[in-house]
Amino acid sequence: MTEYNFAYLDERTKKMIRRALLKAVAIPGYQVPFSSREMPMPYGWGTGGVQVTAACLLPEDVLKVIDQGADDTTNAVSIRKFFEKTAGVATTTETEEATIIQTRHRIPEAPLTEKQILVYQVPIPEPLRFLEPRETETRRMHALEEYGLMHVKLYEDISRHGHIATTYAYPVLVEDRYVMDPSPIPKFDNPKLSDCAALQLFGAGREQRIYAVPPHTSVVSLDFEDHPFERGSAGADCALCGASDSYLDEVITDDRGGRMFVCSDTAFCRARRRAGYVGLLAAPYEEGAA
Amino acid sequence: MSVAMSAAELEEVPLLEVTGLTRRYGARIGCADVSFALWPGEVLGIVGESGSGKTTLLRCLAGELQPQEGRALYRGEDGETDVLALPEPARRRLMRTEWALVHQNPRDGLRMGVSAGANVGERLMAVGWRHYGRIRETAGSWLDRVEVDPGRMDERPTAFSGGMQQRLQIARNLVTGPRIVFMDEPTGGLDVSVQARLLDLIRGLVRSYGLSAIVVTHDLAVVRLLADRLLVMKDGRVVETGLTDQVLDDPQHNYTQLLVSSVLRV
Amino acid sequence: MSGLITVNSARKRFVLHTQGGVEIPVMREAALDVAAGECVALTGASGAGKSTLMRMIYGNYLADGGSIRVDGVEIVGASPRVVAALRRDRLGYVSQFLRVVPRVPAIEVVAEPLLALGTPAEEARACAGALLGRLAIPEALWPLSPLTFSGGEQQRVNIARGFVHPYPVLLLDEPTASLDGANREIVLSLIEEAKARGAAVLGIFHDAAARARVADREVDVSVFAPPEAPPRAAQTASA
Repeated sequence: MTEYNFAYLDERTKKMIRRALLKAVAIPGYQVPFSSREMPMPYGWGTGGVQVTAACLLPEDVLKVIDQGADDTTNAVSIRKFFEKTAGVATTTETEEATIIQTRHRIPEAPLTEKQILVYQVPIPEPLRFLEPRETETRRMHALEEYGLMHVKLYEDISRHGHIATTYAYPVLVEDRYVMDPSPIPKFDNPKLSDCAALQLFGAGREQRIYAVPPHTSVVSLDFEDHPFERGSAGADCALCGASDSYLDEVITDDRGGRMFVCSDTAFCRARRRAGYVGLLAAPYEEGAA
Repeated sequence: MSVAMSAAELEEVPLLEVTGLTRRYGARIGCADVSFALWPGEVLGIVGESGSGKTTLLRCLAGELQPQEGRALYRGEDGETDVLALPEPARRRLMRTEWALVHQNPRDGLRMGVSAGANVGERLMAVGWRHYGRIRETAGSWLDRVEVDPGRMDERPTAFSGGMQQRLQIARNLVTGPRIVFMDEPTGGLDVSVQARLLDLIRGLVRSYGLSAIVVTHDLAVVRLLADRLLVMKDGRVVETGLTDQVLDDPQHNYTQLLVSSVLRV
Repeated sequence: MSGLITVNSARKRFVLHTQGGVEIPVMREAALDVAAGECVALTGASGAGKSTLMRMIYGNYLADGGSIRVDGVEIVGASPRVVAALRRDRLGYVSQFLRVVPRVPAIEVVAEPLLALGTPAEEARACAGALLGRLAIPEALWPLSPLTFSGGEQQRVNIARGFVHPYPVLLLDEPTASLDGANREIVLSLIEEAKARGAAVLGIFHDAAARARVADREVDVSVFAPPEAPPRAAQTASA
């Protein structure tokens, strides 16, 4: 081990965060204020998620960190290394092996289990923020369940674009009570929030809020009766593994406009290829390759 | 027979009964010991000059200020309640459903960053309407009723004139069918010709929808045309009350006489 | 006394607070009885109190004492709601001057009393139109505000509004003033029809011929003037 306390944070801070987490789990979707600490990374780089993960980690945990679905982007790699150094926990890139998964802007494709915790990095926790800039007012709206304004935003979308134009950070109603911002995940992922077997925790470091969705909680995306929520389709099959219902990234392959669409969830794609699935553009799977 | 009819009409109970409403600002009086009743379908004017307490009274009733003393018994959908004793969530819900407040400056009563249709539809969405088509249709029909072109419902209020903004504010408030509408200087700041049209619109709406209204104003011409009964306030107290034409044509109180005689006649 | 209008010992004074509180008594021991189907004309010199008494009966001026009963309902000391209820369907008043919300069309002005009683809009406007037509207001003028009309036309609109609903009690203050022969004739016919259907009409007619035609009796209000009081009552408000 190193000279850091286990998982970087001191015990009193972990206690404070855990109390916030317990409160959050007790009131699904409610934003609990917490005393966000200075972390060795700037605001906007996942400090909230890191603090939640640090407060939850036990020495026997196996940690996975993804950013836009991938384990190998700079941020995911940095955060994973951070916890390897300060907590000494085992880390993995396989979704099924992880006990804690910290994620930025995506939910893994593979269904999660009750032995797992999913920690989301959240930029702006308040779903009403862009309609009502006053914090005093938004707190009152949540307290009094006054969510008419949320539907006003959706109404405006339809009147301006003919459909609800929100494609990510799509607001949801949790346990029929609190309206929540699920973090900037694509709306394609929204259905996975509901009745999930894993515990879902949300941390916003700069805004100093923590919220949670306990396992098997109802999470409903807001919509109108005559404009129901549509998660959208994948649009194509993954070029590498052939998956037809996985959220895809566009990858530019050359400087002549060549591109391909591959699973955003790299672990999911890899697991499929290992199992023998092949997409149109794929080479046969090689152990040790990406 | 005619006497009996009159008596039957008087069996009708007041919609709102205010007793002893007092609001102080430290040692100063905002309004003191104000009592009155409001019946269904009537327009009550509250007149007085600046500092008379009429705006304080309005704000206490609308839930923006909490009075130190008094009761406001309202006979609404849920039976009889002292509105001043309601907890905040219930009070706010009341102001969105059975009661409404039309501000003097329409910008205080509208969301300027959102379309006219959304402004009118917001109260509907706030009480649980979830069908976009029906919300839009209802909003459009209300815009029509206040003589705003429904074809403009996707424009922001900033694109409207002051008179249109005021009418938009009225539509926004009336869409959930309130029983009492509070108006604070509804024609203040508007051009004279626009005022006339707005007054007539308000009268028509009050009659068509059986609304009761409390109109606070310093403008006697407005109450002459709009109000059935008047309260005259001075220094926080009610000094005279009666039928509008009687109070203005045969004022009894010293201050009322002064007020009436001060009005410039064109 | 059992008429539709019965006045007993009614009295009134004005107290002018803005002029040091000077008291001006204008009426005492006023007595009057108008039966159904009858028209009584109030007479007396200008300023003697004719309009004052009429306004007291309408509830526009407050009587200080005595009794004024309209259709059996006591007006003196009555709550404003009682008076308002009477005015809605039983007590009509045509004042000398037309006072309306600007920009409201003439047809709406005349239809107003019916609309206030809950009459469907189409029916109310049809009745209003019929009366306006009878009073020789051309249909082209109906959608215009009467404030743009001549004095005579305004008066006719005022009268139409007063007759659009069959009030059992009618108060008419100078209904034929500023009207020419033909129109005066129409108004007098309207009054006769009202009497025929059993209405009690109280009127002030400057024109002796009109008075003679429709009034069954005359009551001189100067007998109700307080002793040694100036005949001209200082008033704090205009008509």
